[in-house]
Amino acid sequence: MIAQNVAFWIFAGVIAVGAIRVVTTRNLVHAVLFLIAVLLGTAAEFFLLGGEFVGWVQVLIYVGAIAVLFIFGIIVTRAPMTPGEYDNDQRLAAVLAALLLFGVLTLMLVDAFGDKEIKLADDLLAVGRTGTVGDSIFRTFVVPFEVVSMLLLAALVGAVAIARRD
Amino acid sequence: MLRNAWLIPLLPALSFVAILLFGKRLPRKGAELGVGAVGASFVLACAAAWQWIDKVEGATGKAEGLAAFGKGMLGGEGGEHAEAVVAPVTRAFTWWQNGNVEFKVGIAIDGLAVMMMFVVTLVSFLIHIYSTSYMEGDRRFTHFYALLSLFTASMLLLVVADNTVELLVGWELVGLCSFVLIGHWWEEKPNADAAVKAFLTTRVGDVGLMIGIVVLFFAAGTFDIQAINGQALEGEVGHTLLLVASACLLAGIIGKSGQFPLHTWLPDAMAGPTPVSALIHAATMVVAGVYLGARLFPVFFEGFSIDGGTINVMALVGGVTIIIGAVLAFVQRDIKKVLAYSTISQLGYMVMGLGVGAWVAAVFHLFTHAFFKALLFLGAGSVSHSGSHHSFDMKNDMGGLRKFMPITFWTFLIGSLALAGIFPFAGFWSKDEILATAGENEFTFFVVVGLIGALMTAAYMTRCVYLTFFGEYRGHGEPHESPRAITVPLVVLAGFSVVAGFLNASAFDVEKFKEWVEPTVAFPLLEHPEFELAGALLALTVALLGILIGYAYWFRNLGPHGITERNRAARVGYTFLENKYYLDALYENVIVGSIKGAIARASYWVNQRVIDGAVNGVAAGAAQVGRFAYDVVDQQGVDGAVNGIAVSAGETGGLLRYVQSGRVQRYALMLFAAVALLSLALFIFN
Amino acid sequence: MLLNQFLILSAFLFCTGVYGVLARRNGVLVLMSVELMLNAVNINLVAFSAYGRDVAGQVFALFIITIAAAEVGVGLAIVLLIFRNMNSPDLDRIDQLKG
Repeated sequence: MIAQNVAFWIFAGVIAVGAIRVVTTRNLVHAVLFLIAVLLGTAAEFFLLGGEFVGWVQVLIYVGAIAVLFIFGIIVTRAPMTPGEYDNDQRLAAVLAALLLFGVLTLMLVDAFGDKEIKLADDLLAVGRTGTVGDSIFRTFVVPFEVVSMLLLAALVGAVAIARRD
Repeated sequence: MLRNAWLIPLLPALSFVAILLFGKRLPRKGAELGVGAVGASFVLACAAAWQWIDKVEGATGKAEGLAAFGKGMLGGEGGEHAEAVVAPVTRAFTWWQNGNVEFKVGIAIDGLAVMMMFVVTLVSFLIHIYSTSYMEGDRRFTHFYALLSLFTASMLLLVVADNTVELLVGWELVGLCSFVLIGHWWEEKPNADAAVKAFLTTRVGDVGLMIGIVVLFFAAGTFDIQAINGQALEGEVGHTLLLVASACLLAGIIGKSGQFPLHTWLPDAMAGPTPVSALIHAATMVVAGVYLGARLFPVFFEGFSIDGGTINVMALVGGVTIIIGAVLAFVQRDIKKVLAYSTISQLGYMVMGLGVGAWVAAVFHLFTHAFFKALLFLGAGSVSHSGSHHSFDMKNDMGGLRKFMPITFWTFLIGSLALAGIFPFAGFWSKDEILATAGENEFTFFVVVGLIGALMTAAYMTRCVYLTFFGEYRGHGEPHESPRAITVPLVVLAGFSVVAGFLNASAFDVEKFKEWVEPTVAFPLLEHPEFELAGALLALTVALLGILIGYAYWFRNLGPHGITERNRAARVGYTFLENKYYLDALYENVIVGSIKGAIARASYWVNQRVIDGAVNGVAAGAAQVGRFAYDVVDQQGVDGAVNGIAVSAGETGGLLRYVQSGRVQRYALMLFAAVALLSLALFIFN
Repeated sequence: MLLNQFLILSAFLFCTGVYGVLARRNGVLVLMSVELMLNAVNINLVAFSAYGRDVAGQVFALFIITIAAAEVGVGLAIVLLIFRNMNSPDLDRIDQLKG
């Protein structure tokens, strides 16, 4: 137990710091890097919870594709690589709103889930096995799967359509 | 015909319109329409008279028609007449009703109306014929005939009227026609002035007439003449009211019939053409007043207590008029003016006759006077037309004309004798009857006045005849007899002047006029004097005396000629007469002048300063209030509130505007904050 | 391990993402913040999947990842378009809906 807890806390710290830095840094590229840190930390949490397939997909897709996409976006929008002011004038209100939201959520979560625990047993691994997940996708959730692929197609075409020069 | 007597005024009215529309294009310039229409009216009037006489004779049980006429004239059987009640023939329809006041148009034909219609149509007819020659080549010949027709129609309307309003309409219309016709040659200012004077002077009297009619309406509750008369006699109307009404109506009579003090317009009215003077100011219009008095006699009878034998206003006015008219006739150079004053004097006789209760006599005098006065005027016109080169000045342009104009001379002489009251001409019978009735009713004062008047009448007519027809011709033209169109009417009228008197020759016990004309319905019982030879002889003697005096003074040149140069009192008196008792000066300079001058100025001042000042002050005050309301109440108060609301709305909008900044992140902020709050709320309250 | 650990961690991550969405001026940064939020949800789902021994949670997380990828693609295309029109990626400039 202790090992998982420690691991959890370490990765939680990474995530927290990374997230805060994402939203506060003045350097776009740093923001991307910190985002990558957050994403990796999240993947680690997934592994911790026995979701090996999801974790690897997270790394592959998010870090490998999406973060790269972000870098491309920065390049294409000629964003300055130098530090700049990226906060708008509702920072204070946003902080307050975020804090409020966090408070409310925490309150509700604590109230709802109190002392519930995740039992770490062997059957946990069985849940997150690739085979299980695959089974579930192609059996129970095959229709949403197909729909999502359609969605990807639409997004692909849409992105091209939006961004083309004519 | 009696029921259709409305045709009699209608025909001349139609001819008036027709002449105005077509007259100028006709070969005789409208004269033929006028003569034809009035001629037709005359025929109808004769028919109406015939039917009425028939009715009266039939009602008294005597023989009918021509036999009655003849028998009556010859004295009848024993002279017994039963007094039967013969009601007037009436026909009316209501043309307007307002509440319980009814305004009717109708006719009431009785002996008086029939007699008047006969006289009016006959005289008008003769004058229409006369004018074809007299007014030949006149600048407004057609117009003249149109107005003659209108006048005839109006006079007839007045005569047949069965209610006071209709009578008033006719009255006013004849006044209007008189005004227009007097001013026929209005290009010369004196003529226009005379017309205005006539109109305004009679207007003064008309005010009294209108007030009187209104008083009678409120007293009797109706405009119907017969009803009013009946109520007056029955005593249903208070005596004071009747007195007031009579006095007001008397004012109308004074104005229209040229009584003192409103007689001043009549002599000036001679500025009109002679046919006009003959028709309007001798025979017809001026007797409208007397007609009014005769028609509404019960009102006067009760109002002035004519029964009593005490001197009343009506008789007094008439009596004074007799004298002043006669006296002024002596100092005139203009032959028409002599006749005008004579008319004033004779009208005085008629009014005095009514005032002493001699109804039949007064009306009979009206009847006879119409003939011989019209005759005299037409004769004067004939003289001026052919004798004195269109001048009326006796002293300068006439004289000795009997050699040149025999027909005119003899007819004029007959007329003068009739006027003077010489037996057997018409005037004798009528004038004598007035005096006899006055004596009978114990109005001795008025008998004396009447006799003096008769004396003077005879005298001034002698003067007039002498100056015109005797002596040497002093004029500048070539006198000759007038054409037939002029002389024939003269002869006709002369004939009437001779025989008309015999209709009521009480000496021969003939009282046809009285029987036919005197109303038997709604009429007081009057005394009719028996013929007194003494009285008649007295009157005749007086008249002959007058002629004698005139003859002596002028024909024979006896008497105090040239006294005005020698005697200052005489000269003062003569000047006084020449200036017409300074009445004209009084009226025009004093009364009118002061009104025009000082009073008008004073009223103007009051109007401008006081009245306008008050009005302007109120207006200024209102403007002030308005300004206050505008500035304070409206601009600051109301607008302030309104603007305040608008401003606050604007400001609120301005504030709310920030919500819609268009920036998506702002929206997102609000969204998340709201979600947080809502879920918190949900969490707390669940 | 407590379930709540993961949940509160995810809440924290989510709120950070909210802050970033609200307070960042650059469109790319906003998208990154959105990614943070999505990740937070993923953590949530997987935690519940582990707690309830139900694989559906992980399947959902997979779907979300996919959709996030699509969304980033389209989102960046839009940001590119904005950049082309305004010559600046500054989101504050977009206020055509201003009332």
